[in-house]
Parts: sequence; structure tokens; C-alpha cells
Amino acid sequence: MTGPDQDLLVVGGLTVQLQTEQGPIRPVDSVSFTLEKGKTLAIVGESGSGKSMLCRAILGLVPARGNIRFDGRDTGKLTGREMNRIRGRDIGVVLQDPLSSLNPVMTISDQIIEPMRIHLGITRREGVERALYLLCSVGIPRPEERLGCYPHQLSGGMRQRVAIAIALACEPKLLIADEPTTALDVTVQAEILTLLARLQMERKMAIILVSHDLGVVAGCANNIAVMYAGRIVEQAPAAELFRRMRMPYTRALFDAIPRIEDPPQRRLPNIPDLPPNFAALPPGCRFAPRCPRAGERCRTEEPALVCDEDRNHRYACWFPV
Amino acid sequence: MGGVGGGCLGRTMKEEKNFNNPLLRIEDLVVEFPASQGRTVHAVSGVSLDIRQNETLGLVGESGCGKSSLARAIMQIPPPTSGKVLIEGVDLTQLHGRKLKEVRGRFQMIFQDPASSLNPSRAVGESIAAPLLSLGGMNKAERRLRTREMMTAVGLNPELHYGRRAHQLSGGQCQRAGIARALITRPQLLVCDEPVSSLDVSVQAQILNLLRDIKESYGLAMLFIAHDLAVVKNICDRVAVMYLGRICEVAPCESLYATPAHPYTRALLDAVPRPDPGYPAPDSGMLPGERPSPLDPPRGCRFRTRCPRAADICSEIRAELRDIAPNHEVACHFPLDVRPENGGFDGR
Repeated sequence: MTGPDQDLLVVGGLTVQLQTEQGPIRPVDSVSFTLEKGKTLAIVGESGSGKSMLCRAILGLVPARGNIRFDGRDTGKLTGREMNRIRGRDIGVVLQDPLSSLNPVMTISDQIIEPMRIHLGITRREGVERALYLLCSVGIPRPEERLGCYPHQLSGGMRQRVAIAIALACEPKLLIADEPTTALDVTVQAEILTLLARLQMERKMAIILVSHDLGVVAGCANNIAVMYAGRIVEQAPAAELFRRMRMPYTRALFDAIPRIEDPPQRRLPNIPDLPPNFAALPPGCRFAPRCPRAGERCRTEEPALVCDEDRNHRYACWFPV
Repeated sequence: MGGVGGGCLGRTMKEEKNFNNPLLRIEDLVVEFPASQGRTVHAVSGVSLDIRQNETLGLVGESGCGKSSLARAIMQIPPPTSGKVLIEGVDLTQLHGRKLKEVRGRFQMIFQDPASSLNPSRAVGESIAAPLLSLGGMNKAERRLRTREMMTAVGLNPELHYGRRAHQLSGGQCQRAGIARALITRPQLLVCDEPVSSLDVSVQAQILNLLRDIKESYGLAMLFIAHDLAVVKNICDRVAVMYLGRICEVAPCESLYATPAHPYTRALLDAVPRPDPGYPAPDSGMLPGERPSPLDPPRGCRFRTRCPRAADICSEIRAELRDIAPNHEVACHFPLDVRPENGGFDGR
């Protein structure tokens, strides 16, 4: 299955460096991964671990060092115009808050048609037809009544469906979904995740699904990468990762999830403190100050991402679980 | 189930009195808002609930079901359209102006979006102390002492965080500040409106543990509003499920999760994501159709338009809350079988 032909996105040594008042910081630091065609990669981590910045770097929206090969092309060598043709056509994006990602003064139909007119050069009339079809396929009832609506007239779940319809308008090969369900109810979240899984099956589209909740991605990701302080600290196929979490951070994220099977009032094991400030990263392993297993070595020497080849399981830890 | 009955027997006289006299009693609460073209938003339509001393009651439902309107009606911001809100027998809806302000310190609220519930241009410590200033009766030194004490109690460092602005704190720290501000008047009741919905799982766990600890140490009763039943189970003693302005089911945690009786409760349970890749994806056909508008709620049972068990009677006669097991009430003509031996909810 694996091989260069199957690879849609190959990211190597991707680093984003920003200048801040406190000095240069690297919210994305030497990140490498491969995403196969039609597969889902989940990127999981706390707020401020660099997940969203990684997505922006892949889209070419922030300056980054390293290699990004998308669909056989090195995006670093593309001109701004060429990159514009990829964004919105080959890569669709869905963001966390549909109310702020949708244009409040444009109708739903205009917002869905816009990318198709720009990228596919279709007429308005064709556009309306396709918009109807797209709204149907994302599960919006009576789409003809919704075309003239503005975002504020729709519920949160409906808005996110519209945002997905826009992202899908040009039949992208890759959909980047950055916390697409975090602002939604659990019931709507379940619907949106089911919808994404169905659309992926139908369209053979690859998905990068960003979330802070391992529970949300468990059911729909093929591969899971856990990010901490700008680095990938563990990555494995979903089943393998849930079978055996090697990195204590992954384990801690997993344990912090309240479970419906647990007895009531169970005290949750939580991760103390907050992720480190990028301007003042601790020496050694970046998770060491919060890690229950950390030893002397962890505080002085940063562990490299090692790979258990048999299981395709990568992790960066001196004392893996 | 046995725990509920058994608990009654073991109570002292005083506890027994508290058990029978709830701290908060809501009676037939209605919240309506005027909408355009003379229409009315029916946000809360006749809700009655009790919260006992030291009890945490969960209130669960989807966005727009009236949870927040109910919370605000309890807080009298604004007062409800009709109905009673009794705190230890005193009807808040009958109090106004200074009289209301005098009792305000006894019930406080924390909000969903911690950053926007703090004044961005004020030092966090001042925001936390603000309720004391408003209630009066303390001098500056006393207020400062109490503020520092509360900040420490919620895990903030007074030396470090007192002078910070909200944007200089993380989401979790802002929520801690919100909790400190609510606790500073030493309330008996804390109304928590989705306090962890916008937080990361790691911070969510910290805040849930903090709420549980302060509830114990300050002897608080809480109304905990959420849309995620797994979160609610982690912190609540009893749970009320709300749909489109009405309560559909109320039960102690153990029986609600073991044997949900209302089809809507079941759908909410099924929607909770499981951190297990082998677990079957939630059945998205579980809640077909769209949530009806609170401008024009369905006649009869409000859930019937999306209910897999709905029959003719559901559109004609509204099911009232009734007991189907000890302390387990449901408003449904065709409740799911609650006897566990007959295939109750077993977590699949």
C-alpha cells in the first residue's frame, strides 16, 4: 500500500519561526509526517502545542522552513499564484468557529459558488446547481430554502455543514479540518464526524483532523500524531496507539477524558500546569516538567523521535510506558 | 438504586431536614422573549426542579434548549416571565433593587467563555474582588485579603496573577479567576453555565477536579450545565435532561446512565465520543431531522418530531414528568424499559 505513489502529502523537517517581543519562537519545530491518499491523519495536542500553526504552514499561510511535497509537487518552489490555485481547490479548509470563518454579509450560495467560479471557472447558474448538490450531500434539509440565507440565520451545526460544503466545492484531495467540532454540541459533533467519514469514503479524500480530544479522533483517524510544544512526540496507526501509548503525554491526554463508563464522581487524573511558553522552553524533554516519569536524563537531554519499525510507531521518550 | 433509599436511613435529623427542604426550588418556571412580528421565543416552558444542600444537579441538553435561559432566570438576570425561584424558601422573583442585592451573594454564577466574562481592562484580582465591592461591608484591606485567599483556593498565585489582565492568562486560568470571583461572596449555590465546554481535555480535567474540591470544602450546591453527558457524570449527583424548554428526565446519576428512560437521553448518551478506535461510530440516524424552533415548538411532546418511538398520542397529549423508579422521573408516553435485566443501557 505504502509508496511514493500513494503519498499525497509528505512533510519533512517543517519549522515555523516567528519573531516575538520575547525573542524568536518556533511554534512548529522539525515536524515530519506522511499522509497517504484517502487517509485520515489526526493531530492531537493541547492549546498552544502548534497544531493550528502546522496547518497554516502546510497551506503556505505562514513562512516556514523544510519540505512540503503535496501531490508530487514541492510547494516551496511554487509561486504565490500557483499556491493560490492549490488552496481552496486541491486543499479545502474547515475551521473551528464557522460563525467567524463564514462571511457574515454574503449569502450561503455566494460563498459556496465563489471558490468554484475562481478555481473551476463555472457559470453562476451551474454554480447554483452544484451548491444545491453540495448542501444536500452535507446533510442540509431543504437546501433550496437555505441558498439565500446568511450565516447568522443558521444554527451552529448547519453553519459548520455549510463551511464543509464550501471546503468540498472544488473536490479537494486534502481537507484540513482544524477543531471542526470543538464549538459544537456532542450530538452535532457525532453527526459532523459521521459526515466527514462518509464524504471521505465517497470522494477518496485525505483528511487532516486537528483536535485536543483523543476521544473525538479515535473513531475516524487512520493515523494519530500527538504534538507537544511544537514537536510531534508520538505517532502511530490509531489502533496501535490506543493499544499501547508509549509517550507519557499521550497517556495523560487519554486519562484526562471523562468516560461515560466510569463510575460517577471519579477524580480525573490531570496533567499539572500548562504547556511551556515557546520563548522559554525547558532544557531536555519539553514535557519533562509535567511528566510523572521524568528522570535526570529527561531534564538535560532531548529525546529523539525513534521508530518501532514493526508497528510503524514513533515516539520521543527516554522512559516510554 | 439502593444507595438512594439507604442514604435516607443513615441521615441525621438535621440532614433529613435539609434533604426535604431543598436549597433551591424552581416552580413552574417560564422564560419567554418577544421576537419579530409579534412572535414569542419559548425558551423555558414550565420547569420545576429542586437542588438540595451540597448537591450537584446536572442540566444537560443541546444548544438552544433553554439551559442558559433557565440559569439566568435563577440568577434574575433577567427575572423569569413567570414562576418561582425559591432559595431557602425566599422567592427571588418577588425581590427587587436593594432587597435582591442583599441576597445576591448567596447565589453566584460562572460562565462558559472565561476570557470574555472578565473585564479585559481590569486587573484580574480586581475582577475577582468586584462582587465584594458591590455588596459592600468590607474595607479595602479585608477585600484584598479575601481576594488573595480565594485566588489561592482556586490555584492562582496572588503574587503573580493579581495584576494580570485577562488576555495574559490561559483559558484555564481565566476560568479559575471566574470561579474565585463567584466564590468570594461565600455563596451557597453556584450556577455553572458550561464551565468546561471551551476548554482542552487536560484543562477540563483540572477544572472539574477543582469544582469538586471547592464544592466539598465550601459545602456548595451546584447547578452544572453541560451538553456532554460524560462530563456531567463526572461531577453530578443527579441529572436533569432538557429538550426545547422542557425537562424530559430527572434521575440520580447511577440510574440515568444505567437505565435511561427517555429516548432523547439515550440519543445524547450515544453521541458521546468514545476514546476507543474499535468502538462503532455513533449512529447518526439516532436523531433524525432538525431541532424545531423555540418560536414554534411542536404541540404535545416537543421531542416527537425527532423521536423514533413517537405515536399519535405524542402529538396530542403532552407527557408530564412521572416516577418510573425511585427518584427517577421521565416525561414520555413510551419510555425505554428501565429494568436492567430487560436490556437496559449497558454501555454496549
